[in-house]
Parts: sequence; structure tokens; C-alpha cells
Amino acid sequence: MRLQHGAASQAGFCVRHCAASVLLLLAMLLPVAAFAQAGTGSAPPQFTSTAEERRFHALVSELRCVMCQNQSLADSNAQIAIDLRREVLELMRSGKSDAQVKEFLVSRYGQFVLYRPQVGASTWLLWFGPALLLLAGGFVIAGIVRKRAGTRAVADDDGQEW
Amino acid sequence: MRWLPLLVVAALGVLLAAGVWLSRNPDREALPSPLIGKPAPAFALPLLHEAGRLVTDADLRGAPYVLNVWGSWCPACRDEHPVLTRFAETKRVRVIGFNWKDEHADALRWLEQFGNPYFMVLTDYEGKSAIDWGIYGAPETFLVDGAGIVRWKHVGPLTDAVIASDLLPQLAKIETAR
Repeated sequence: MRLQHGAASQAGFCVRHCAASVLLLLAMLLPVAAFAQAGTGSAPPQFTSTAEERRFHALVSELRCVMCQNQSLADSNAQIAIDLRREVLELMRSGKSDAQVKEFLVSRYGQFVLYRPQVGASTWLLWFGPALLLLAGGFVIAGIVRKRAGTRAVADDDGQEW
Repeated sequence: MRWLPLLVVAALGVLLAAGVWLSRNPDREALPSPLIGKPAPAFALPLLHEAGRLVTDADLRGAPYVLNVWGSWCPACRDEHPVLTRFAETKRVRVIGFNWKDEHADALRWLEQFGNPYFMVLTDYEGKSAIDWGIYGAPETFLVDGAGIVRWKHVGPLTDAVIASDLLPQLAKIETAR
């Protein structure tokens, strides 16, 4: 959730984020003040329709927050995630397709922002690694089964450990 | 077949060792920038010290420059500040500040307190241009050549070691290519 890089950030983390939380708390206590805060950019986005809201949520949950790398853009409260969410909404409203929005972010932050990266030289292991492992496991099991089937006929109870 | 369990455990051990080895880099969370080798994004940003004047990417062409992202709210930038100041004082290259998501008065006070190492300071308080640069935290540092191509990026505070082993060789490469 931090915004600044480096070792020091571990201790003094989320300076802006905490400020935003305080603001949010104040905003909850004072509904009128909350309205005035809407222009600062940290307020949740206002949707024009439920279809837009649904599309926005589907899109941002497919995108990874670049700062807090184990959260999606939808979940994160880091300042950069707030900015990126705003950017995504603006791009959507300017008529960009989901693919174009993703391309916009990939061209700036790299494939990392996609939870489902394109298949390529650097990502094929990620895509096909599990299948390869499954295949390798299948071969091992097939080998064991064949070997046992072969020995069963000859040595049924020779007191082997297995 | 007897040795199969041992082999599996050994393979897992190797996998674990590889994982530990791969995570030795303290900057392992840094994302590689897709901008390297591509033109720097177009921008027109106001200067911190000169209200009303916009500086564009075209204005900075002709000579290489280092773009350093910072904010007065960023403790790691304070750690980096003496290193950056020492580097800027060598006058090897223009060091340009990118004051990101800050307050005007706070930024001015920060520079007054610690000293201003920058040739000029661009401001992006809305954070729109920062997205074009692929900035996601501070400090970050870019090296852009005279033709406006991004050559190098460092995520996290600059250190003397990073400057000596990465930034200066990249800069030398640009200068010999010209």
C-alpha cells in the first residue's frame, strides 16, 4: 500500500494513504464536508449507469496495482491506484474498449499490470508450466503403474517393503 | 525407483535454493519499464519556481537529462537527496526534478530546507503525466538522451553504487554515440 520506494518506506509507509484515510474519516463524520472533498480526486468515482459501474469493476479487478503488487487495482488504496482507477474511468468514458484500456496501461507499466498476461517469450512458462508439471506427473505415475504391473506376476509376496 | 523420493526431495531443495537466489536482489519488486528505448512521453508541465511557465519534452531535447521523481511527503527521497546532490554537483548532466503529487508550498519548503540540486523542477500534482511515464512511486529516476529517448530507469533511491555501476556507464554510452 505504500507509495514511496526503498527501505525507509517500510517504516514510514503510506504517508499520503494515511492522510487520505484521515480525510475519509473526517468526511464520514461530516457529510457536508465530504461533498466538498469530491473534487480532490481521492473520492470514489461517480458512475453514470450500473452498466458502466459493472464494466469498470470487471476491468479494474483484472488489473494489478503496480505499487502494492499483491492487490488488484480494485482493492488497493495506494495513491497511484486511485490515480490509475480515475484514468481507467476516463479512458472508458472517452470510448476506449477494454482491450485499449489494457494496452494503455501495458505500454506504460508493462505486462505486469495484467493478471492474465499475453502469451509470449517471457510468459509461456507461466501459462504452460502447470500443464507441463501435470504431464510430467502423469508420466511418473504411468511409469510406476507399469513397473508394478510387470512385477506383480512374478513376485506377489516376496516380502518386499513395497 | 528406490531413489525416487530422494530425487524428488533434492529437486525441491534445488527449487528452494533457486528461489532464495532469485530473491537476493533488494529491488526485486521494481518493474522493468517498457519505455526503455522508446521516446519519452510528451508532456507540458509547469515549473515549480516559475508560475505560469510550461516546459515541454521538446524544450529538453538536444542534450541528455536525468529526471528524478520526488515529493516532499517521501522519506526515501530525503535519504536519496545527498546522493543526488553530490551527483548533480559534478555537472555531468542536467538533473531535472519531477515533483509528483505534492503541495506547492511543501515542495518549496523541502527544497529550501535540504537544498535544491535540480536544474529545474517540473510539477505534476494531478499525476496524469506520471502515468504516461509509468511512474508508480517515488523516488524513481530516468535517463533520457538528447533525442528524447528513454535509456534507463531506476526504481527506488539512487545510491553512489547505482550511479557508478549503472547511470554513469549509460551516460557514457549516450555521449560516445553522439
